[in-house]
Amino acid sequence: MRDLTSLIGSEIGTETSADANADTDADTTTNTTDTHHTRMHDTRRRLELGGIALTGLLAVAMLGFLTLDWLQEYPYASALYEQFRIAGRLLDYYLGTNVFSHPYLWRSMATGVLIGVVGPLVGTYLVHREMALIGETLAHTAFAGVAIGLLFSSTTDWSGSLLLVALVVGILGALGVQWLTERTDTYGDVPIAIMLTGSFAVGTLIISYGRGLTGLNIQNFLFGNLSVITPSGARLMGILSVVVVAVVAVTYKQLLFITFDEQAARVARLNVTWYNTLLIVMTAVVVVGAMQVLGVILVAAMLVIPVAAATQLAHSFRETLYLSILFGQVSIIGGFALSISQSLPAGGSIVVVGIVAYLLAVLVSDQSAAAVSVH
Amino acid sequence: MTAVVSLENVTFAYGEQPAVRDVSLTVDQGDFLGLIGPNGSGKTTLLHLMLGLHSPDSGSIELFGEPASAFSEGERIGYVSQQATSRGGTMPVTVREVVTMGRFAHVGHGRLTEADHDIVTDALETVGITALADRQVTQLSGGQRQRAFIARALASEADLLALDEPTVGVDAESRDEFYQLLDSLNDSGITIILIEHDIGVVTDRANRIACLNTELYHHGDTESFVESDALTEAYGTTGHVVEHHH
Repeated sequence: MRDLTSLIGSEIGTETSADANADTDADTTTNTTDTHHTRMHDTRRRLELGGIALTGLLAVAMLGFLTLDWLQEYPYASALYEQFRIAGRLLDYYLGTNVFSHPYLWRSMATGVLIGVVGPLVGTYLVHREMALIGETLAHTAFAGVAIGLLFSSTTDWSGSLLLVALVVGILGALGVQWLTERTDTYGDVPIAIMLTGSFAVGTLIISYGRGLTGLNIQNFLFGNLSVITPSGARLMGILSVVVVAVVAVTYKQLLFITFDEQAARVARLNVTWYNTLLIVMTAVVVVGAMQVLGVILVAAMLVIPVAAATQLAHSFRETLYLSILFGQVSIIGGFALSISQSLPAGGSIVVVGIVAYLLAVLVSDQSAAAVSVH
Repeated sequence: MTAVVSLENVTFAYGEQPAVRDVSLTVDQGDFLGLIGPNGSGKTTLLHLMLGLHSPDSGSIELFGEPASAFSEGERIGYVSQQATSRGGTMPVTVREVVTMGRFAHVGHGRLTEADHDIVTDALETVGITALADRQVTQLSGGQRQRAFIARALASEADLLALDEPTVGVDAESRDEFYQLLDSLNDSGITIILIEHDIGVVTDRANRIACLNTELYHHGDTESFVESDALTEAYGTTGHVVEHHH
């Protein structure tokens, strides 16, 4: 599909001038292959939209499960929740697995599916703003947040969610990076490196200081762990996902304009600073949610790898968004299958499956490029 | 009639280094202003000041009769930056998506209507890139890409078009066609401010010239500029003047 477009494209491209004769030639070429090309393009579009619709259904089902899980004490919800459990057992029975009858695995899967939607969604803007490592930075900031939360809860009577503390600290870190960036005029890697190592350093100091006071295993936060996703952690992911999807749906155009041409967006009087802040805060939110499954060290992967794969194949920005969400789902579901069937850590499995998908995308786009030899 | 842009005694410095000193000029509706000067003479800075991207250290700037910093009708300005600095190196964006950005300032957070899409289609038609609408911007030649940016300005229904060396790296033939397009847009009533290193192009096209080297050496119609010594004064003896060869 891509080769055809590029083929037609490169023929027009060689006539660099928009000279009248050249135009007519190009038009003829386009017309002869047009119907065939349109048909393939339509099929591809339908497949993508179908994939997105399925992903949407899956995400809604998972949100439904999280809601039932939350409300299971209440009369109607408890009956529905029981139905869900029965369906899970049946699924296990027919598939010969031992997965779907466990609520904690459902919670993990729900969290994963939602990460697979919002990670690539926010990541598409980040990658094309050349801010790919901002996710990694904010994950380390959130780690410092976890450390602060641990220390706080072990020295006081406070027993709130560690993730909530991580969320607050992550957002503060995001605003800090934004502040540094505004004053150094670029998303260069220097403010990012300083923030990344700095917050991780603070985190390690606090944990070391608080060691002995707390029994919680910090490894779970570093590497992620499916079995420690708490009901409240999964619920937090559910709420954050709904918020992030809604915000991107409303600000899609503005974020696109700023990503593509920040200066022109400024001239068009878009509030660039506000949208930049919004994007980076959303990144912090997604990172804290995703940290539960992927761990601090691997969390940036879900923001970057699916987008990189989608960029290899997509023709338009909208298509990049769709494809990156689909690649995100493939990584998550493939990663879960690998992790559960082989008893491997989920974070690593998801990232490895994602990278395999990315390499396949590179191969596919490479072949079409070779067939055309653009430039 | 209010001026499109008017500057009064504008001074701007990056730290200690003055980039623009005591510049006063006006751009009237329908003008084609050529902004010329040697490298590092503050042309781009002056253009950014006019568009409200920087605030002056002293002096005042008005856009369509409002202080530039408070001006909010962004859709009235189309901006085409230097090619080298424009974003989106590897980003998959189609030409139609780029041109549609011109409608974003109009619709805000709302949905694009059928009418918005029609305006985009017309803009593509006007600059002659309808056949390229579904191509990626990164696959276009330099001249085609700049046309796409012009189309974005047309889609936003801008009455001021600001261009910063738009034809760097564009081959001669496409360049001539690009400037013909600018001429016809200017004839249709769009005010144009053009930074261009090729002085011949500017004197051929523009009806007003501003010749800058930190300070303004000339501001007025093209005829009086050609007869004056402003060029040699601004460029000095060390400056390199790009002549236009026919």
